[in-house]
Order: sequence, then C-alpha cells, then structure tokens
Amino acid sequence: MTAETISPGTVPAGQDRSNSTIISSSPYHGLWALTNRELKKWYKNPVILLLSLIQPVLWLGLFGKAMNFGAVFTDGAFNIPGLNIPKEIINQLGNMLMLNVFGTSDYFSFLAVGMLSFIVIFTAMFSGMSIVWDRRLGTLNKVMSTPVARGSIVMSKILSSVIRSVVQAAIILLLAVLFGMSTSSMTVLGVLGAFFSLALLSFGFSSIFLMLALRSTNQNTQMAIVNLLNLPLLFGSNALFPASFMPEWLQAFVKVNPISYATDIGRQLLLGSGGMASLAFDFAYLAAFAAVFSAVGIVLSWRLLTK
Amino acid sequence: MVVEVEMNNKEKSEGKIEKQTIMQIRSLKKVFNGTVVAVDGVAFDVYEGEIFGFLGPNGAGKTTTISMLTTLLRPTSGSATVCGFDIMKEPNEVRKRIGVVPQEYTADEDLTGYENIMFCADLYGIPRKISRERADELLKLVELEAAKDRKVETYSGGMRRRLELACGLINHPRVLFLDEPTLGLDVQTRAAVWQYIRRLKDEYGMTLFLTTHYLEEADSLCDRIAIIDHGKIVKIGSPKELKDSLGGDIIELGVQGGDDDLVPLIAEVQHVKDVKRVSSSEYRIKSELGDVTAPMVIDALRSKGYRVSRISLTRPSLDQVYLELTGKSIREENGDRAQVMRQRMTMRRARR
Repeated sequence: MTAETISPGTVPAGQDRSNSTIISSSPYHGLWALTNRELKKWYKNPVILLLSLIQPVLWLGLFGKAMNFGAVFTDGAFNIPGLNIPKEIINQLGNMLMLNVFGTSDYFSFLAVGMLSFIVIFTAMFSGMSIVWDRRLGTLNKVMSTPVARGSIVMSKILSSVIRSVVQAAIILLLAVLFGMSTSSMTVLGVLGAFFSLALLSFGFSSIFLMLALRSTNQNTQMAIVNLLNLPLLFGSNALFPASFMPEWLQAFVKVNPISYATDIGRQLLLGSGGMASLAFDFAYLAAFAAVFSAVGIVLSWRLLTK
Repeated sequence: MVVEVEMNNKEKSEGKIEKQTIMQIRSLKKVFNGTVVAVDGVAFDVYEGEIFGFLGPNGAGKTTTISMLTTLLRPTSGSATVCGFDIMKEPNEVRKRIGVVPQEYTADEDLTGYENIMFCADLYGIPRKISRERADELLKLVELEAAKDRKVETYSGGMRRRLELACGLINHPRVLFLDEPTLGLDVQTRAAVWQYIRRLKDEYGMTLFLTTHYLEEADSLCDRIAIIDHGKIVKIGSPKELKDSLGGDIIELGVQGGDDDLVPLIAEVQHVKDVKRVSSSEYRIKSELGDVTAPMVIDALRSKGYRVSRISLTRPSLDQVYLELTGKSIREENGDRAQVMRQRMTMRRARR
C-alpha cells in the first residue's frame, strides 16, 4: 500500500506528501482534544472524583454540623441565673443573632455555600499540577511539537478545571441539600447565577495556579505553593465566617479576595441573605478577575512555552 | 519547497542520483542563560529519504539541536529550514510536516492506545474521517490492533514504543525525529522496533533524523552520521567513511622471544600503514585490508625465524570512531542530573 491510497484528499507523491493541506488551520482545533484528555482522566476514574469530593463533604459535616452556632443560643443552652427568661424569648433571640451574623438561621446552609467556593479553589489549585506532570513525562514537548496553538495548551487546562469544579460544586450542592441545607430561597435562575459566578472564580484561580506551574519542573514545589495558599485564601474570605466580625486588616484582605465575591453571590442567590456588596458589583469583580488573569496566563504561556 | 524525488535505497547509497536537501542547518547556535553554550554554530544538510544519525555524549547538544529543529526551542542565532520552511519564521508550517517520537513515553497511561492515537490526530486537526482510517492503518502496521482498546498502563515497553511511533506518524510527516527510540529496551525488542521503523520508512518514504546510544544500531541503520561534541559537529559522513577515517583495521600481535625490535620488518609488509611496539613482545599494527595483511605479516616474520604466539584482528567499529573523536566511550558517560533522571524513568517504564 502506498501513502496515496490510504490518504484521500492528499496531493500526490512527488509534491507534499505530509498532507498539510488537510490539516485544519483553525487556531482552536486542538483545544477540545486537549480539554477532553484532562476530563477523561477524571470522569473515567470514579475514585479520583470521589476522593476530590470527600474533603468538602467532611468539612460540611464536621464544620457545618459540629459548629452548631444555632444551638448555642437556643433551647436552654444558656440562661442567666436569677432572671428566668422564657425559652421562646431565648430561641427568638438566638434566631435573630444567627440572622444578624450569618444572614441565615442555620450555620450549615451558610457553610454549604462557602464549600462551593472551597471545591472550586481546591480543583483550581491542582490544575497547575497536571502541566508539571506533562512537562516531566515529556507530554508537553510532544504536544508543543504539533501545530496546536500555544494558547490552547494553557486554555485547555483552565477549561477542564472550570468544567470539573462546576460539576463537583453541583454534587456538593446536591449533597448539602440532602443533609438539610435550606432551599426555601432557591430558584433556577439563582442556581444558574451562582454557578456562573463559580465558573468565573475557577477561571481566574486556575489561570493563576497554571501560571505558577508553567516553568516548574518539580511537583513538590507546586504542592508546597498549594499548601501555603490553601488555608489563608479560604479563611481570609467570608466562606467560613462572616467578614464583619473579623479584625480590620483581615477584612481588607477579604474585600480583595475573589472567593468572598463568589460566596457573596451564592449566599444572595441561594439563601436570600443580605450581601457584602451588590450582585452587579460581585459579578463585575469576578468577571474582571477571570478576564485579567486568564489573559495574563495566555500571554505568559506564549512567552514561557517558547523558550 | 523541496521537490521530492523517488529514489530507492541502492541508488541513494551509491550516490548516483542528486540528493535533495530536506533540512538545511546553518550556524545554528543556542546559548542558555547568556553563558551556557549548548549548541555552537552547527551546520549540516539532511537529504530527503535518508536515515540521519546524530551521535554524541550527553550534554553535547543533541537534544538541544533536536529541540530547535522541532521548534520547541528558539535558536539564539543562526538559521534552519525544515521541508523548506524556516523554523523561526514559520514554525507552524514546520510542525505540520514533522513527526516527533520523543525519548520519553508520552502516551497517556490512563487512556487506551486508540484514544491516544486519536488524541494525536486531533492535535494536528486531522478530520475524524481520515484520522480513523489512519489510526487503524498505523495500529495494524505496528501490530497493536489487538491491544488498541486496552489502557496504555498495561502495555509493555516495546508496545509503548510502537504506540509512540504510530502517534508520531499520524500526520504522515516528511521528517520523523526519533530521540533515543530504543532506550531501555532489551536486545530483541530493540531489533523489532527498528524493523518497524524501517517498515514505516519504506511505507511512507520519510526522512528519519535520530539519536541513539547504541552505536552498532547507528552503524547498521544510518545512511549518514554526524558526531557532535561540545556543541560542535566533529565529523559527518556515512558509517563506512567514518570508520575508514580511522585508517583501517588493527592487528595485534604477540611474538615469542621478543628481544629484537621487529617494527622495521613488519612495516615493510604490504598494506601496513603504522606499527607500534606496545611491549617488548607485542605489536600493534594499523593496516588496510587487515584480513589479507595478517597472514602476510605472519609469513614475513616466520621467514626470518620468528614465531607468532598470538594474533588478533579488529575491524574499526563506530565505537572506536566515537572514542577517538569525543575522547570518551559512549557507555561511560553521565549527563546532568535531570537528564539522567528522565532517562532512568523512561528505562524503568520500558522494562515493565
């Protein structure tokens, strides 16, 4: 068999046998292939999916159910000796306190929204790991020797991370509802809006962590960075606790932390709580965050991948 | 663009037909971090349809040169064209026309062989209809049809190497770059892999550019070889030319007794080019046509009453050429740490 018979649409031998003519010239041709490759590893391996869900679920269970702030104030949890305050009044006081502090009467629902941001951040942090692996295994060089656009290589990592985190967040939300998250204020549009904000959050953070990983050849460095940033980012936001009770310096950090804005959107749209800022501002902030960092990521990838 | 000319191997090796240049490398230089000169102005041509071997110690600049030619690295200065396209000005046109089989196993272990090959096809943007046909055809060619739906993690080293080959050919490249294609494989598998490479080359009429550590492979496979050391090309030519450049065969000889200096006597024998007395009774002779010369030397000595106690004849091998040119044996070298680690990883995975 000769090359001509097996490749229809080819220029005959004697000219260009490489079939460069049939190769797509669209700059996006490899984007979906690269993204799907990342996703396949994830959805074809249920263990990884399951493991990635365990941590937020644990947090939900331990934090959300154990730190039962509501119970602190209700049902005779406290009384002042000498003053015989009726139970109903204490319960009402407790409820008001909860509403005042958390914007909802149970901490579990408050935390559940925070956990949605948590899983997004967690997934994004590891999006950088895959490019480190690709580099170590030589896959990155292999991909770069093909006519795939350099930007597509980075964009595929970001996209797959976004898709993964949104799906994982949806599972977390479902589990939270099963465990007793309040659904009284949820609407379809609200849920869609909340997930859109999560996607934006994921876009921005995935870009950041990919940029950190672009030149790295060592997954230990990447792990160290992830571990270093993990908790400060989460606790320095309103995901676990309302910012209004934090010291001023921490509040200032919470105000720039994009996690706060995604969580704020989630609380407003899913729980109907009063927000830290207006919905429009929240969305604008997140969109700007995602746009700026993904743009920087793509520009950097151009420069760093072509040495 | 270079016009392709059909040539069969025989004509080519005899050089009767004018050779078409498919790669032109001109004073190509790469400096890392402003000080480390990895490739120091190499210049050579690669002809269409030949197997071109690139040999050199670790750190000599082999991988850096390949990386530049496959558009992974930008040269500091100099220029190169591949299939008529400048690697700096039109890297994407180059990428469409080359195939790369890297040293490492790059196939995704979590995916099947078929999924891996289709992934490669998608990277080239080959339409599904064509890529399916090609994938089937290539898998048949490297005899992985039966294993195509198995996850790559279950593949043996030889199977993985064959899969890498198939992936590197999915775009029907005109030049295929192979970096240490048989690293870590056992002798039989190595032979099999080379058989596949030859078959693929015959089927698609490509040009092959390869690096290898196994000099005997380079010797039997390559039409031409370039030896690179310290970033510079020290010798280029066919394996025969390189071996001939050493000045012929080596005869080592032991003589009984050994008080007399026999150098003048041996030097008179026909074809002998050089004689050295290594010890009182041992001589080292360089000569052309060693197999004919050796008996003549024995006769010459016997006629004067000397008895030859021991004789050995060594044909020059590429190993000796390599040793002479780079000053080190290819087996005893160590590269930088990262490179050694990568090679070990590839070798570990090959042996599964």
